[in-house]
Amino acid sequence: MSTTELVNSANIVEERGERNTRRAFLAAAGAAGLCYTAALAYPIYRYLASPEEMALSATAVTEVTLKDAQKLPAGSVLMYKFGTRPAMLIHHADGRWISMTAVCTHLGCTVQYEPQADRVHCACHGGVYNAYTGANVSGPPPKPLTIYKVAVGDADVTVSRA
Amino acid sequence: MTAKTITSNVYDWVDERLGLSELAAFARHKSVPVHAQSFWYYWGGISLFLFLVQCFTGVLLLVYYRPGAEAYESVRQITFLMHFGWLIRSAHSWSANLMIFAILIHMFSVFFMKAYRKPREFGWLSGMALLGIASVFGFSGYLLPMDELSYFATKVGLEIPMAIPWIGPIIANMLRGGPEVSEFTVQRFFALHVVVLPALFLPLLGFHLWLVQRHGNAVPPAEEAKPASERKGMPFMPNFLRKDLAMWLISLNILALLASVFPWSLGKQYDSLAPAPMGIHPEWYFMSPFEMLKILGSFLPGAVGEIAGILLFTLGIVLWVLIPFYDPKSEAGKRARIAHYFGLLAVFALLSTTLIGYWTIR
Repeated sequence: MSTTELVNSANIVEERGERNTRRAFLAAAGAAGLCYTAALAYPIYRYLASPEEMALSATAVTEVTLKDAQKLPAGSVLMYKFGTRPAMLIHHADGRWISMTAVCTHLGCTVQYEPQADRVHCACHGGVYNAYTGANVSGPPPKPLTIYKVAVGDADVTVSRA
Repeated sequence: MTAKTITSNVYDWVDERLGLSELAAFARHKSVPVHAQSFWYYWGGISLFLFLVQCFTGVLLLVYYRPGAEAYESVRQITFLMHFGWLIRSAHSWSANLMIFAILIHMFSVFFMKAYRKPREFGWLSGMALLGIASVFGFSGYLLPMDELSYFATKVGLEIPMAIPWIGPIIANMLRGGPEVSEFTVQRFFALHVVVLPALFLPLLGFHLWLVQRHGNAVPPAEEAKPASERKGMPFMPNFLRKDLAMWLISLNILALLASVFPWSLGKQYDSLAPAPMGIHPEWYFMSPFEMLKILGSFLPGAVGEIAGILLFTLGIVLWVLIPFYDPKSEAGKRARIAHYFGLLAVFALLSTTLIGYWTIR
């Protein structure tokens, strides 16, 4: 091996070593940058998600007490919130108490109880539900409305998940 | 086709229609002088960065802030209820103060390096306008939480235009939305703070930055006197930009440290019947003018002193703003003694009155 060849191979080795340290440096810098960005993004995400988290604790509700709801006249409805979502307490003309969610299973509109027809109707796309069982009777709704358990007391009505 | 030819084809297509290469040439043409005073060139960029932080954190606060009667309650919710809300609010308040500080450093470095000389007069003027708007940003933003301190700071601050004869009360009542600071005041300060001021600030800032790009950084007279062969420089793109960005990162770290270790407090809700709390004082960047008015008021009591103070202060600001037009000596590259002494006097007056102001807080 001549001296020039020796020098050349030494250069190649040096270059390789340099490339390795450069790669390691870039990887470390990239990782540090990612950590830095995450440290900035995390508080911002939590800040913006705060109401969602508060709502989440509200959806965990399993029981709602409606004060003075026992005075609701027969053949009428009381709209209330079960957690975060609207729900209905129906006092039927025959005296039965029925409660169900008021969120249409089709596209999420709030449904209404129609005492004359004794049915639950959604004005958005014409879905109709049974006002006793919550079953979807006609129109686009794919699923029935969820029924809640009702306990009528002396001073209030308690509604709970079935 | 390889990825490279696709990219260059897309670039050519867009370039033909939007003239990107002209923009790139405009970006490349700027070079930054390298000399003993080059450190001061960072402060405009730092001010810009802190302004961007203000835009970002401001929008985040806007997500939950409600002006008017609910203002205090919404800031209380942001500070104590929303996750990291205290941090976002603290960053916004700290960054506001740091931005004013950076702008002041930037302004004085431009002044002492005589960077306002031809052809940079518009840069100086637009910069002064930006500082003016920034202080109105500070004044209007200070009221938004509607706690005791912000209530009294606004009450006192709006007494200053009241001292102007005839039109003063009209201006003050217009700003306040009535004879007293109330929820009407916070509603209109809010409109000022998030709509009117940004709409004025942003185009001016664009103009200011365009001028910097067009004229490049100014060289101080001492450096100008050297022959061209002895002067050094570096291209802005990408060499100085890289240094600028490193400075931004340092600024962000300092801001994060200050905002998290010293979170901004929220006082009691304002009560229009409660007496002013002890030790109440204006923000540090308004301390000096208040103290000057107070000192002058002790020589010339009553309305005469107030009007004289406002006139004197206005005169000082006008002289300061118009410096490029009556400092012709420095145009030739000579050291402008008078401008230099005027600058030193301004720094001395600001620092001493600020110190006296903090010394005499009761």
